[in-house]
Order: sequence, then C-alpha cells, then structure tokens
Amino acid sequence: MIERRPGLDILSHVILLIGVSIVAFPLYLTFVASTQTAEQISRSIPMSMMPGNNFFESYRLALFGGETSLGGKIPAVWPMMQTSLISALVISIGKIAISLLSAFALVYFRFPFRNLFFWMIFITLMLPVEVRISPTYEVVANLGLLNTYAGLTVPLIASATATFLLRQFFLTVPDELVEAARMDGAGPMRFFKDILLPLSATNIAALFVIQFIYGWNQYLWPLLVTTNEDMYPVVMGIKRMLAGEAYTEWNVVMATAILAMLPPALVVILMQKWFVKGLVDTEK
Amino acid sequence: MEKRVRFKSAWLPWLLIAPQMVVVLVFFFWPAGQALYQSVLTEDAFGGSVQFVGMENFDRLFGDASYLTSFKTTAFFSILVASSGLSISLLLAVMANRVARGAGLYKTLLIWPYAVAPVVAGVLWLFMFASPMGVVAYFLRSIGFDWNHLLNGNHAMALIVMASVWKQISYNFLFFLAGLQSIPKSLIEAAAIDGASPWHRFWTIVFPLLSPTTFFLLVINVVYAFFDTFAIIDATTHGGPGKETAILVYKVYYDGFKALDMGGSAAQSVILMVIVVALTVVQFRFVEKKVQY
Repeated sequence: MIERRPGLDILSHVILLIGVSIVAFPLYLTFVASTQTAEQISRSIPMSMMPGNNFFESYRLALFGGETSLGGKIPAVWPMMQTSLISALVISIGKIAISLLSAFALVYFRFPFRNLFFWMIFITLMLPVEVRISPTYEVVANLGLLNTYAGLTVPLIASATATFLLRQFFLTVPDELVEAARMDGAGPMRFFKDILLPLSATNIAALFVIQFIYGWNQYLWPLLVTTNEDMYPVVMGIKRMLAGEAYTEWNVVMATAILAMLPPALVVILMQKWFVKGLVDTEK
Repeated sequence: MEKRVRFKSAWLPWLLIAPQMVVVLVFFFWPAGQALYQSVLTEDAFGGSVQFVGMENFDRLFGDASYLTSFKTTAFFSILVASSGLSISLLLAVMANRVARGAGLYKTLLIWPYAVAPVVAGVLWLFMFASPMGVVAYFLRSIGFDWNHLLNGNHAMALIVMASVWKQISYNFLFFLAGLQSIPKSLIEAAAIDGASPWHRFWTIVFPLLSPTTFFLLVINVVYAFFDTFAIIDATTHGGPGKETAILVYKVYYDGFKALDMGGSAAQSVILMVIVVALTVVQFRFVEKKVQY
C-alpha cells in the first residue's frame, strides 16, 4: 500500500462486490430455478427468487431421466456425464502424453527434419477445430469414427499448446542433469522417466487442469460427430433439452446446467494455483 | 535456444515424435488440404457429382450479401466483446490489486466462470432474458424497456455480447492482475512521492506499462469472439432474428451442415483460416516487439 486513502479502499470494495455479484447472479438464479417445479417457474411472473422445495425431484429427473409431471420425457444426464468425463480425461491425458514424448524428442535429440516437424506442429496452434469443421468431419467419417470415443477425442488432441509449453520448460532444465545422467550410464528413456518427468510434475498438473476444462466443455465437435444418444456429452444434452420440446422444463434444464458446470468449476476452484499457472503458461 | 548436450539415437526420436505427427497429419493437414481442395469444387448435397469450379465458390461468397453482412456482424460483435470485456476486467483487476484484504477471495469468486461451457453460459443468460419468467427481462419491462431478443436484432446482439463477456471476464481478469503485479512498486511509489494522484498514476504509469498485456488480451479476445462463441449463439439466438447474430463460424456450420453447401462451407473455412493466421502473425509481431518494458 502506497498511501492511506480510506475512501478509495471503500470504493474498491464496492466495485469488486458489484463485480462479484454480477458474475454470480446467473449462477444463483440457475440454482434457484433448479429447486423449483416447472409450473412454479412458468406460472409466476417473474419467477420467485427464493429457493423452492423441489430440489431432489429436479435433480433426480435430470440425473436419471423419466417422465415429468407435465408428461414430457427427460433424457438421463448421468450417462452423459460419464461420456463427458471419459472424453475430457482422454483428451487431457492423451494430449499431455503425446506432447511429453514429442517435446522430449524435439529438445533432446538432433535428427533429420527436426525443424520441419517443429513447424508442422507449430502451425496447428493457429487453427482451432472450429475453422476446419467440415473437412475434419469428413476425415473422421471416412475413418469410420463417428459415434466413437476415438472420433470424439483424437481430433481434439491434435492441437499443440501442450507441446510448446513442455518444450519451453525442457529448454530451461539445466544441461548438467543430462551430463550427470549420462555419466551414471542412464539412457535417454531412463533420463526421461527418472529425471525429466518428476521435474515436469507441476507443469503437467497445470496443463491437465486447462485441458480437462477444454475437453469437458467441447460442444461444436460432439455436435457433429455424435448422432447416437449414448455418445452425447452433457453440454450437448443440455442444449437438446432446450430445443427438443416446445415446452421447456426449466427446472430440469437448470439442474442439468448445474451438473454440467460442477466438475470443471470444482477443478478450477480446488486446483486454483495450477489452473492460474496453466492458463498463464499456455498462452505466453 | 538450443540444448548443448543431447542424446544420440538414430530411431528413438522418430518413435517419440510419431504419435503427435500421426495425429497432426491425419486430423490437421489432411482436413486442411481437404478444405483447400473442396473450396474449389462443387458437389450436390448427396455427394453424387463433383465438379471443379476454380474460384467460383469464393466469387459466390463475396458476391453474397449475407456473407458480407456476416463479416460485419462478426466485426461488430468482436469489437463489442473485446472492448467491454477488457474494460470491465481491467477495472476489477485494478481494484483487486489495490485492496489489501480479501483479494484472494475476490479472485476465487471471479475466476470460476472460466470453467463454464459456452453453451451453458448461453443457457444461463437466455434464462434471465427469456419470456415470460426471465427475471431481467421482467425488470426491464417494468421500467418501460420492452426487451425482446426474438424480434429485435439489437437485443439479440446485446444478449450474446453479455453472455460472451461474462464468460471471458475471468480470463482477462487473471492476466490483468498478473500484469499489474509485475509492475515494480518503486515506480508507483516514486510518482506518489512526487504528488501524483492515483488517477494520474494509473494513466501515466500503470496503463502504459500494462499495454503488452492489454494488446495480448485484445488479440485473444478477438479470437475468442470469432470462434469460441459459436455455442453461445447456438444456445441463445441461433443466429437470429433473421441473420442478425450469425457470425462467421455460425455460418460455416449452418451452410455446411444445415444447408449442405459443402463447397461454400469449405471456402468459408479457408477464409477463416486466413483470418486466424493473420491474427496470430499480428500477435507475434507486436507482442515480441513490445513485451520488453
């Protein structure tokens, strides 16, 4: 603190509190709606801002599906959450695994076409899957990967953020470690496993947080490659609930929204330190 | 930067780099090539006959008023998202950097929307503005503002901008906060001793020193508005009313997968690729030069 200005301090807190409440308001409203019944939400104008007593029923319907009091059919969200979890894990772990290996090769070996490979990977940084949806879709369809976990995840592993972050990190690892390992007779894979991997632990954790959220929140890609209800991730399921029926059961939609938000939000809040590190490192 | 000490092996590096190269080649270079190739073809919707048409798909696109409108919509949308997102986050970051107590708590409470999927963010904001139960729409109507994002293009645009900014605030906030914390305290103390007010100090010292962060975030936000907001639009407005919120990515999807115009969609993909590459080059050029204080 440079000088005492009580007036400014109060102003700062007021602005921050306003900011926090605006950011939190949609979440509060979503939670309140998920504890009411569909009639309560649609009948009262505007809807009540106080939590209702339909909490368990809304979440039971959302998780396990079934008939609603209005006769609509709700698909079960539980299997969708499993799909989301599996794809998020495959995307994040797959990305980190192949990136560790290729960054290791790029930094610790000299081989023909190394620079070419480097640039080929580098270019992929620039093009998100959104700009190449239709051709990528065709490739996946040609390979017969529609409605499979492979089709859902492998094309998203193609980006190179993790490779670059790990490459940057490997370059800062002191050369003395390699020399020492070689002097003790360790081969490259031994060095990789016993020295490089443990040193990269925090980077791997940070990358994992970012990539898990990325994988969990994918929407456009699953929208294209899955046509089978068993393969829908939860963020897609929620959109279909909006579009499916003329009459939207808002309490169930909102319960689903909370369920879809919970895993990545928990990851961000509980692993906050790594999350911030991952975010700053992957972009710089 | 290169390593001085390396391992020697004729085959191991190839084996190590193979998985990534396979994924990159199959799911990146092949489709990108396909896009280029398809963008010069026309194909009927059932994939029956394919014809080489040269630049016709591109000519058709640029002759198409709706595509040019989509460009304008996208530009307008990105400017709104980037400018309002950056200014709100900067304000919050400066405040959070000021307060001695509770900064950590504020940070936690501000960063969680990063974890929210864009489509869920869209649903959340739609719910606040939907009729009849939407709380905010009701409030606006009660003060005499007739909110209707289904009919009014400006309202629809406002809705997707708000949802997009809401989701991006946490990201901008974290980077601004990191940028603010890296500014040497001594500079600000010196200015304070010379009698500069906090307002004056912000605009003459803090803001200029923050410019690399701001510029970096500007590019990131434009890219975000261009590509990551697809799900928000698909959940809230579907590009409507009319085509008033159909940004370029939404149009690529719509033309390719709903209207089944693969050639046109591929040509749009190629144009999008050119835009991203241009943005990335701009980013590297300027950030590299200006990042040293």
